[in-house]
Amino acid sequence: MALLEINKDECTGCGACVDVCPFGALSIVNDIAEVDEQCNGCGACLDVCPVDALSLPERPQAAAEELEAYQGVWVWVEQFQGEAASISWEMLGQGRRVADQRKTTLTACVLGHNVERIAKQAIAYGADRVFWADDPSLAVYRTRPYASTLVTLVRQHKPEIFLLGASSRGRGLAGSVATELYTGLTADCTGLDIDAETNLLRQTRPAFGGNIMATIICPNYRPQMSTVRHRVFEMPVADYTREGQIISVEPVMSEDEIAAKVIDFIMEQGEVNLADAKIIVSGGRGVRGPEGFEPIRELAKVLGGAVGASRAAVDAGWIPYAHQVGQTGRTVRPDLYIACGISGAVQHLAGMSTAKVIVAINKDLEAPIFTVANYGVVADLFQVVPALAEQFRKKLHK
Amino acid sequence: MNIIVCIKQVPDTTEVKINPETGTLIREGVPSIINPFDTYAIEEGLRLKEQFGGKVTVISMGPPQAMEALKEAVAMGADEAILLSDRAFAGSDTWATAYTLSRAISKCGAFDIILCGKQAIDGDTGQVGPGIARQLGISQLTYVFKIRELDPESGSIIVERLLEEGREVVETSLPALLTVVKDINQPRYPTFLGIRRATRMEIPVWTTADLPDADASRFGLDGSPTQVVRIFGPPKREGTVELISTDSMDEAAGTLADRLLAEKVI
Repeated sequence: MALLEINKDECTGCGACVDVCPFGALSIVNDIAEVDEQCNGCGACLDVCPVDALSLPERPQAAAEELEAYQGVWVWVEQFQGEAASISWEMLGQGRRVADQRKTTLTACVLGHNVERIAKQAIAYGADRVFWADDPSLAVYRTRPYASTLVTLVRQHKPEIFLLGASSRGRGLAGSVATELYTGLTADCTGLDIDAETNLLRQTRPAFGGNIMATIICPNYRPQMSTVRHRVFEMPVADYTREGQIISVEPVMSEDEIAAKVIDFIMEQGEVNLADAKIIVSGGRGVRGPEGFEPIRELAKVLGGAVGASRAAVDAGWIPYAHQVGQTGRTVRPDLYIACGISGAVQHLAGMSTAKVIVAINKDLEAPIFTVANYGVVADLFQVVPALAEQFRKKLHK
Repeated sequence: MNIIVCIKQVPDTTEVKINPETGTLIREGVPSIINPFDTYAIEEGLRLKEQFGGKVTVISMGPPQAMEALKEAVAMGADEAILLSDRAFAGSDTWATAYTLSRAISKCGAFDIILCGKQAIDGDTGQVGPGIARQLGISQLTYVFKIRELDPESGSIIVERLLEEGREVVETSLPALLTVVKDINQPRYPTFLGIRRATRMEIPVWTTADLPDADASRFGLDGSPTQVVRIFGPPKREGTVELISTDSMDEAAGTLADRLLAEKVI
């Protein structure tokens, strides 16, 4: 299945390509590079070849005028129970930056019921224009009615770039919309910028559990779509003196055409919402049992933070899965992450190592968590955590 | 019930090491496994079959060695397996992958439910499930934590989805595509009899020639709207850890609290 073509007459067998291949698809056999079916056509090797012996098959180019018909940056504003998700304002802040780079306008898409207030907020957070679909059938997020309304708007107005938050809803919605539009979608980006030469959106995202980063473009299809992780971009400051246009649009599907019905919502207690939390106090194997989470909960409470857990603690049944941080749980990006009794397996680090400040509390100085921590305390968490809670109680006057 | 499970063979990312000089992955000696989330999808499929009867068909797209992943699924109890493997499928992004899998699923005939893991641990996109659902024009239920009720007669299903704010209970009609999270079940181990059956089973390999109704320009690299232009090592965290002296626990806690307050993160 290899895609890479190797010019065997040119290849000197230097092995430069072997070293950079992220997929381990290249090897030197009889002094010449050989590629196997692991090759994904990523092109990482093309630039390092000193004799230009490597090439990928040419891909068809879309006509420039067709692409130029697509203009403007769009952001989907997610809402839950009539409140906008903070990730959507982060997206509008970033959308504003990208729109300014492209010297174009920023449009917000607000779908819901009785959400005119959110449409106005979207302007305060940077939108020039808001498409506002307000209908009982859109009150609760459901993929089909949301996707069909957005697809119709995109086909009518042809945006160049469409950004969505990489929340549970955003990822499902983006996947559905991009599939129907037949356009490129880059999931879970941690970086977005405009290429100065090509004007294409360069979308950077982690892969392989955060072990590598990939920059992805979508040169021949529009809109260029990305979902972006929570708390990657700064929250913009709302400016209610900004002016913009709010355009009311109709939903595409009627209630009787929608198969899915949301029949209940079971709210988690306040201590779980990891996605929004600015402070997370997490426990791992070192807490030694369900009751070991008590001092961790206490510290989280004093700091107004959420309670996280490592996979080891969740697998042991000490705390529900909803608390799990890491590759198989949630990816978080708080301002402060306090890891208590967590060794820091690769998968855990993948889910939290982009926190602004990391504190590791662990008896074992050799634990990998100390390699990503800003502050470390090598001691028993059952002594440190209550003492820390007490100090904060004093210093924060609680 | 006709149950389809889509799986992917992935390198065990927990075993992946980084070359510190080039910042690239060292994949030598890294074992290939069934994407862990897909094992929950397989298990859920087997449980539905045990409850309602029918069959479980496992489908994977990948290089020839992905056959091992399918054999493992058969050893767990899947009835049938199909491998989609062709040079023309190589370089597929999520769009082309979803397209190819959906054409193969269509060819398998009528189905009641499609199960996928919430995402693969190598790509981490979570987009292929929603893509397949849209390609086939069926409901998608992502991040499913529990199947509460399923009635094959009336063709309805009620599930709990794990979202940021809590659990959403949603009902929809079959056929539907579910992506599942880890908490939904505990996957079983392959049995001795299952392994024997898997060893003997001839698993069909489908190529583009087996999907004659599909648009061949939408397969693989050519059919993929996105292109990877650069791969590099993740940015390293700057600085080293400042260890707080623990001669006195109260003093240590006080020092740490002061440092964190000075960082302005509280």
